[in-house]
Amino acid sequence: MSAESQGHRNHTLVVTVENKSGVLARVASLFARRAFNIRSLAVAPTEDDHLSRITIVVDGESAPIEQVVNQLDKLINVVDIQDLQPGHAIERELMLVTVAVEPEHRDDIVEQLDRAGGKVMSVGADSMMLSLVGDPEHIDTFENLLRPFGILEIQRTGRVALANLDETIE
Amino acid sequence: MKTDGGQALIRSLEREGVEVMFGLPGGAILPVYDPIIDSKIRHILVRHEQGAGHMAEGYAQATGKPGVAMVTSGPAATNIVTPLCDAYLDSIPMVVITGQVPTAAIGTDAFQECDTTGITASITKHNFLVTEAQDIPRVIREAFHIATTGRPGPVLVDIPKDIVDPTNPRSSLELEDNVEIDLPGYKVDTSVDPEAIQKAVELIQNAERPILYIGGGILKSRAAESLLELAELTGIHVVTTLMARGAFPDSHELCLGMPGMHGNFTAVTAMQESDLLIALGARFDDRVTGKLDEFAVSAKIVHVDIDPAELGKVRRPDVPIQGDCRTAIEAMVSVIRDSGSGDTDRTAWKSRISGWQERFPLVYEASTPGQALKPQFVIEKLRDATPADTIVASGVGQHQMWASQYWTFNHPYTWINSGGLGTMGFSIPAAIGAKVGCPDKMVWAVDGDGCFQMTAQELVTARVENIPIKVALLNNSYLGMVRQWQDMFYEERHSEVFLSKEIPDYKGWAESMGCFAMRVDDPDEVEEAIARANEVEDRPVVIDFRTAAEEKVYPMVASGTGNSDVIVPPSQEKEIR
Ligand SMILES: Cc1ncc(C[n+]2csc(CCOP(=O)(O)OP(=O)(O)O)c2C)c(N)n1
Ligand SMILES: [Mg+2]
Repeated sequence: MSAESQGHRNHTLVVTVENKSGVLARVASLFARRAFNIRSLAVAPTEDDHLSRITIVVDGESAPIEQVVNQLDKLINVVDIQDLQPGHAIERELMLVTVAVEPEHRDDIVEQLDRAGGKVMSVGADSMMLSLVGDPEHIDTFENLLRPFGILEIQRTGRVALANLDETIE
Repeated sequence: MKTDGGQALIRSLEREGVEVMFGLPGGAILPVYDPIIDSKIRHILVRHEQGAGHMAEGYAQATGKPGVAMVTSGPAATNIVTPLCDAYLDSIPMVVITGQVPTAAIGTDAFQECDTTGITASITKHNFLVTEAQDIPRVIREAFHIATTGRPGPVLVDIPKDIVDPTNPRSSLELEDNVEIDLPGYKVDTSVDPEAIQKAVELIQNAERPILYIGGGILKSRAAESLLELAELTGIHVVTTLMARGAFPDSHELCLGMPGMHGNFTAVTAMQESDLLIALGARFDDRVTGKLDEFAVSAKIVHVDIDPAELGKVRRPDVPIQGDCRTAIEAMVSVIRDSGSGDTDRTAWKSRISGWQERFPLVYEASTPGQALKPQFVIEKLRDATPADTIVASGVGQHQMWASQYWTFNHPYTWINSGGLGTMGFSIPAAIGAKVGCPDKMVWAVDGDGCFQMTAQELVTARVENIPIKVALLNNSYLGMVRQWQDMFYEERHSEVFLSKEIPDYKGWAESMGCFAMRVDDPDEVEEAIARANEVEDRPVVIDFRTAAEEKVYPMVASGTGNSDVIVPPSQEKEIR
């Protein structure tokens, strides 16, 4: 399913922007206007009040990545762009998901969830809300695993990423 | 100094060295118009805000200084959208100030509110919505900095009324003597990589069929003289795109003129057959390349551009050089002076070029007695009867192509046109802006009848503000360029391209706008009419030249076809085989 497996790499860009109103709109509209496809996008403030960080996963097939980077760089409010190389960054995503579960299947799910490293957040009569943090592929796998039970609602954050330091623990 | 936002805005413009601005007031911008009365900045009151934008563009193109326009909110802001987009596509330095509803009313659909920064975000180099009076001086400084550095372009500054209205406490501010820009994300790198220059020179030394492919960037970087040096040093032929006409003298033996859809056969074919294209400040526009996969297939590419996003956007260069064109050319010249321009034998290439020039000159058939004027003939007469440094501002259509083809441009900054956007109605306001910037030069607008009807009202501005431009109206009663496509590609089925032979009465209309006007039908009257026009100095002049409607612009590379399939005029068809 992923573009990687078809030979087109998705690129994770970490874009540091000025924390001003309208900046996200400029970035989004640039992608729309230049026909670059966004696979996922996450925005949040950073350690510096004046800056926000946008993590964008770009479909590598829709445009050459250096063209995407160069066009982004032309936006005056874009301060820095990092094109994270696979294997050289930590990427994480959070999923919240509500699944339909008959009481007799609860243990089964909880066991799977434990193995994946997730948590039960909330429980209903015949449903459960779970959370899982992990790299996006891990989340994909778990999502597929839950599918047969019946996913009632799902919300994924889109990935965030930072480049590796000298030594990576994971 | 304690002051208010309106005063600070005008003072900031003065500090940027602004001498003239083009605009039209209204509710939201009213407070800024009051301090204009006491400013030394000349304000030119236009009749339509589109005119203000194109005037600012013409001024910028002719002088190299940023053009400035100021208009009110809502409909005025939307009226200036076309010039913004025009300036964006042609990289023209321009600062546009728009009024906006008071800060507290933003987002409420207030009277004459529109999302100006939202609408213009994708057609400006950058735009600002200023929300605090204190920010005005800094933002104005930033706007001019962004508009004029790197790849130039339009910048819009949207100013809510409350922060410039002296009766509102929100407008008060402390105007500092020193205003620092704060643009952490804006960096301009004009330096060039010496290694890349070295590689480029090696390609140049070894190329058998090199062509210098010159775009508008050469004019932006004021590199015409350096280009001349490079061309003469290497003996390489030059093509100048529609945006670069005048960047290299047309009379020079190395000049091949304009390439592209309506370029001359030699310029188009020399690019197509070349083994090295040295692209300087050019962007491989589709009107130049024709069908991309058939474009100059055996050419290696050296591409110099200040904008890194242009390198590889359309055609992957063998040697990309990011940086200022003039710096790059000077660096190449100095390397070549040291290492020589190589000893590759280019005799065969040169004789092929002169062969094409002999067989495929630009031609048209002279009119026979009783026939309408040939538009090319009018351009030739105008060219011959005006000073060499005359500025020509053109509209968009057949007349634009003929003006570019038949004029002899020997000076940079004498050709002003709408290349990227192709904006009908550009010429009259652009000519006015150019004349304001260069009052000592003769300025002729070459316009079509369709274009003229889009912005002619600015001739009133020209007369009232004492800006004596001259307009050569090539009146073929048609939207000629569209008619040409219908003739060639729609079996001569004319759909909505005929304007009228009688209406309007251009001479009467021009006179009513305070111009000196003439109508010319007969080839024998052309010279005399131009001579009379050239003598008029106290008002604008309009000459309504009645030209032949069936005339076509040749050569032509039809849209979607390759540059090897250039269509030549019927009289040259036998030569092609
Ligand atoms: C604002 C705008 N509308 C439409 C067009 C499409 N168009 C390009 S050339 C042309 C005809 C121009 O007619 P005219 O000014 O009479 O010039 P001619 O081609 O007859 O010399 C048209 C309609 C355009 N370029 N700009
Ligand atoms: Mg016409």
